[in-house]
Amino acid sequence: MSNNRSTIPIGPYHPLQEEPEFWKLIVEGEKVVDVDVRIGYNHRGIEKISESKSFDQSLFLVERICGICSSSHPIACAQAIEDITGTEVPERALYIRTISQELERLHSHMLWVGLAGHFLGYNTVFMWGWKYREPICDIMETVTGNRQNYAMHKVGGVRRDIEKEHIPYILTRLDEFLKHLDMLKGAVLDDPVLHARLKGVGVLTKEAALDYSALGPTARASDVNIDVRRDHPYGVYDRLKWNVITQKEGDVFAKAVVRILEMYESASIIRQCLDKMPDGPIDSKPKDISQGEGIGVIEAPRGECFHYIKCDGTNSPVRHKIRAPTYMNFPTFRETVIGETVSDATIIMAAIDPCYCCTERMTVVDHKDKELLKAQDLIRLSQEKTRKIKEELGAR
Amino acid sequence: MGLKEAVLTRSINVFHVSSGSCNNCDIEILDALTPRFDLERFGVTLVGSIKHADVMLCTGSANRQTVPIIKNLYEQMPKPGFVIVYGACGCSRGLFKDSYNTLAPLDEIIPVDAYIPGCPPKPEATIAALVKLIGKIKTKKAEKI
Repeated sequence: MSNNRSTIPIGPYHPLQEEPEFWKLIVEGEKVVDVDVRIGYNHRGIEKISESKSFDQSLFLVERICGICSSSHPIACAQAIEDITGTEVPERALYIRTISQELERLHSHMLWVGLAGHFLGYNTVFMWGWKYREPICDIMETVTGNRQNYAMHKVGGVRRDIEKEHIPYILTRLDEFLKHLDMLKGAVLDDPVLHARLKGVGVLTKEAALDYSALGPTARASDVNIDVRRDHPYGVYDRLKWNVITQKEGDVFAKAVVRILEMYESASIIRQCLDKMPDGPIDSKPKDISQGEGIGVIEAPRGECFHYIKCDGTNSPVRHKIRAPTYMNFPTFRETVIGETVSDATIIMAAIDPCYCCTERMTVVDHKDKELLKAQDLIRLSQEKTRKIKEELGAR
Repeated sequence: MGLKEAVLTRSINVFHVSSGSCNNCDIEILDALTPRFDLERFGVTLVGSIKHADVMLCTGSANRQTVPIIKNLYEQMPKPGFVIVYGACGCSRGLFKDSYNTLAPLDEIIPVDAYIPGCPPKPEATIAALVKLIGKIKTKKAEKI
């Protein structure tokens, strides 16, 4: 390592999903030249615990893989088990699953917009984002009884029904959410400072996105037209009208656009579901499980989430393999961050929608100058850059 | 109640340590600070360094890699300082008590002053816990810390 290179450790651990990482940025001056990774800090042994739990219990376990995806993982796991048993899920349960999936996408994307705003020095956007996702949390609380970790899904159906009295309330709160989303969309996407700050930053080309097998909004922002909801329909997505949002640029701005526009699609899906939802049972109450293996694939807010379960006919799985979307999206950080400046590293990292905790624990150690920068300093660097652009553009 | 403790009851600087949680508790902590619940109006702020902290707010079931980090952080915290454990995983290891990678509940690793149970606890519970902690400081129970 030459003398003018220094190392920036990011991490060491952050509670994203089951794969927290330690990133080491190697920088020359302000420019990032290489990046290294070490994983395993947040390891809880979920796949192993699952082998000692019954299939009903394992849904509660996978729910706690990630706090944000606490609807995606149980659905994928239930689908894998239903794949083994060949259980038919009642129509109404499929609609309820779809609704809870989309509600989760809404609050996850809104949360991301808020955090991205914070890293860029737009603390108003941060506060807005978190304030305006509260209607979604309220809907979740009304429908499932909890703001997070819904415990909504079970093998063969769902645990709780959406009551008729709740539907007008859900629609009202959804309208409230959309009103604020319109405002936020205008504030974020029409802001010349953000255009200058984010366009052309952290570009992931289409070829690279394919090479790294990027998933979800990260891939869709790079013009890779994939979406599990359309390609391998589950729930009732094949019966609804909605669009897959793609962008061509692959930069941070495109990723923000994809996420914001996806929220409108999600809201439209929820409306259609509430409109079309048939009456009937919500649980097919499967009793037996046969020998075999099954997979469950769903589109989580961050991309494809994959569960594989192998069963020998007993009450617990022999093998339970889980692949969360960030596992595939994280390596693209290496592709996008090299050649960029340290002040952009924060937002490039945030653009693939990892957890905020990783960036909160950033520390810069410059061996040469004995200078020590912390997470706050990195966020400050990022915020200063935005301010500079603002001044150049003559904005307030 | 000494002067140091009296100052602590005014505006609490919180350092948030996540020792391998699922993110839910961390979201709810931030939720409690943002406009809906707005703990910041009471002077509660998140700080970026343990050396500025009055309260260490721990989430998650500590595992082999994070136990040394948590001990280290507790030693670096200026005293008197308080430790709050947030969420079921931190209080009792919750669902992960059978895991090969989680060693002990957090209160066996560092001294803990308050527990907030729940998976995840609601922001209202966070506010209640801070009120109780301030009460605890005021009733001199905190002298031994």
